[in-house]
Amino acid sequence: MKIGKQTLEFDKKPKILNTSSVVGPKEAEGPLSIYFDKKFNDALYEETTFEKAESKMIMTAVDTLLGKIPTDNSTIDYIFAGDLLNQCIATGYAVRELEMPFFGLYGACSTFVESLILASSFINANYGKKIIATASSHFCSSERQFRLPLEQGTQRTPSQQWTVTACGAALVTKNDNSFKCPVVTYATVGKIVDMGIKDIANMGAAMAPAAFDTIITHLEDTKRRPDYYDLIITGDLGTLGSKILIDLLAGHGIDISTNHSDCGKLIFDIEAQDMHAGGSGCGCCASVFSGYIYELLKTKKINKVLLIATGALMSPTSLGQGESIPSIAHAIAIENEV
Amino acid sequence: MNYTKLNMNEQEYSDYVDAHSKKSPIVKNCTLAFIVGGFICIIGQIFTDIFQHYGLSFKTASTYSTILLVLIAAILTAFKLYAKIGKFAGAGSIVPITGFSNSIVSPAIEYKTEGVVLGIGANMFKIAGPVLVYGICTSTLIGIVYWLIKLI
Amino acid sequence: MDLILTYLKVFVTGGLICLIGQILIDKTRLTPARILVTFVTAGAILTGLGIYQYIVDFGSAGATVPISGFGYSLAKGVIQEIDKIGFLGIFTGGVKATAAGIAAAVFFGYFCALFSKSDIK
Repeated sequence: MKIGKQTLEFDKKPKILNTSSVVGPKEAEGPLSIYFDKKFNDALYEETTFEKAESKMIMTAVDTLLGKIPTDNSTIDYIFAGDLLNQCIATGYAVRELEMPFFGLYGACSTFVESLILASSFINANYGKKIIATASSHFCSSERQFRLPLEQGTQRTPSQQWTVTACGAALVTKNDNSFKCPVVTYATVGKIVDMGIKDIANMGAAMAPAAFDTIITHLEDTKRRPDYYDLIITGDLGTLGSKILIDLLAGHGIDISTNHSDCGKLIFDIEAQDMHAGGSGCGCCASVFSGYIYELLKTKKINKVLLIATGALMSPTSLGQGESIPSIAHAIAIENEV
Repeated sequence: MNYTKLNMNEQEYSDYVDAHSKKSPIVKNCTLAFIVGGFICIIGQIFTDIFQHYGLSFKTASTYSTILLVLIAAILTAFKLYAKIGKFAGAGSIVPITGFSNSIVSPAIEYKTEGVVLGIGANMFKIAGPVLVYGICTSTLIGIVYWLIKLI
Repeated sequence: MDLILTYLKVFVTGGLICLIGQILIDKTRLTPARILVTFVTAGAILTGLGIYQYIVDFGSAGATVPISGFGYSLAKGVIQEIDKIGFLGIFTGGVKATAAGIAAAVFFGYFCALFSKSDIK
């Protein structure tokens, strides 16, 4: 059911039955390392190209997820998935091997929550019983697409973020009340917000207004207070974007300084790993949620989470033509049933 | 777009972001750029001097020196060391001719997966191409002006 | 003593040119491609105006090793060739003077690429 301006209320409370995560070398060295299911130490993941490595990462994440249930590919009704590459090729080639009905999504770094929202909606509408939502990114494959060759000797600016090499997958299922799992209660679909930021090295600042807009709309639509949530976690705003978001919301009398965190800040030890403003990319939010946040929910360390994935919807073409960076943020409320 | 909920227009937001962004450590960056850049030039000078010592003319010696610098930078790039130097040296390793060499080798390595013709061949000049285009066009224009002045 | 002075001049000249590049990067967020283009163009123009020659006379390799020196070689090559063979020199002089650097970069670049693989920084 739709409530307010942009929010979906899931009356059937779709369950997130399980999750899985696969991460690359830098992420495996990070502070959340123990929460990830699979780690690999070579950026190529024993493949010949980074694009293939990314596909393998997605396949491994899905296989790991199915192995946890356990169930096999044929029982999956749909897979909602996307990545950062042109035409979502990493996902396309991965799903080729998986043989599942497939919806390819592009929401830049917001893809994971976009796929979670769509998977939950399908479950809520009874269009399926088991749906996988996933998203991935790979530092090397996206760096070459959006920025410069890896061996080019350049400096990264302090506001620059590091694209996370990771994939996270979640299995959303019908809530049959059999056993308690974190459930999806609300989702707020974001609008594109563009405040005219053109600096590709400062995506946190470009995306913060989108997160701001979605959070305000979510709170208005659901009539919830920000302190209702144990954790309000953004996808990849990084250090600067997070600071801006807290600041902007404070200006509207909304205080999230105590319960806000950011996946891009959590996944790396920013100082020790020299990550400048933190992590970014679809895989950032996907792996941190699937690995870490889901574990916190399962063990009841936290019970109510608002996950907001932010995406910067630019391309090398639009940047070359001097366009600013349009940004989007989708929010999803995931809670333990009482 | 003037976003009403934010009570800020684009210019105000841009100023706000600039004020809150962590600035690049410019003094440290400039010091490193100065030292590394100066050092690379000294290596070039040493090469030239050595070649001259062995009897080559100044012009030939400095040409060999250039070739040698280009070769060293290409090898360092292939062994993934040039990017590491560039990380702390910044312009110190971009501006010298070694940076030009790095800008040719790095896309060549990166796009190898797309084949030897359209991968390596076409992408080698992603960054070096504009340098040649602008260098040659500017010098040709200068030549035309010089020729016209000479004519009068 | 003379040698040390020469090397000091080389170091300072080269260092200063790179320092200007660094200021441009930090203050204007110019990408490396634009930095290189700016320097090569500036080098050629300053040579055309007769200024860069003084910098080269003072700093030797400190002025020729930076990419602005590439612009200097191009422009100087054009001018010298015009003096030698006339009009045609406009088109032959520049690339002739810099052929070694370009050919070396392309050739070494190609072979280094064949033997290397890119990896996470």
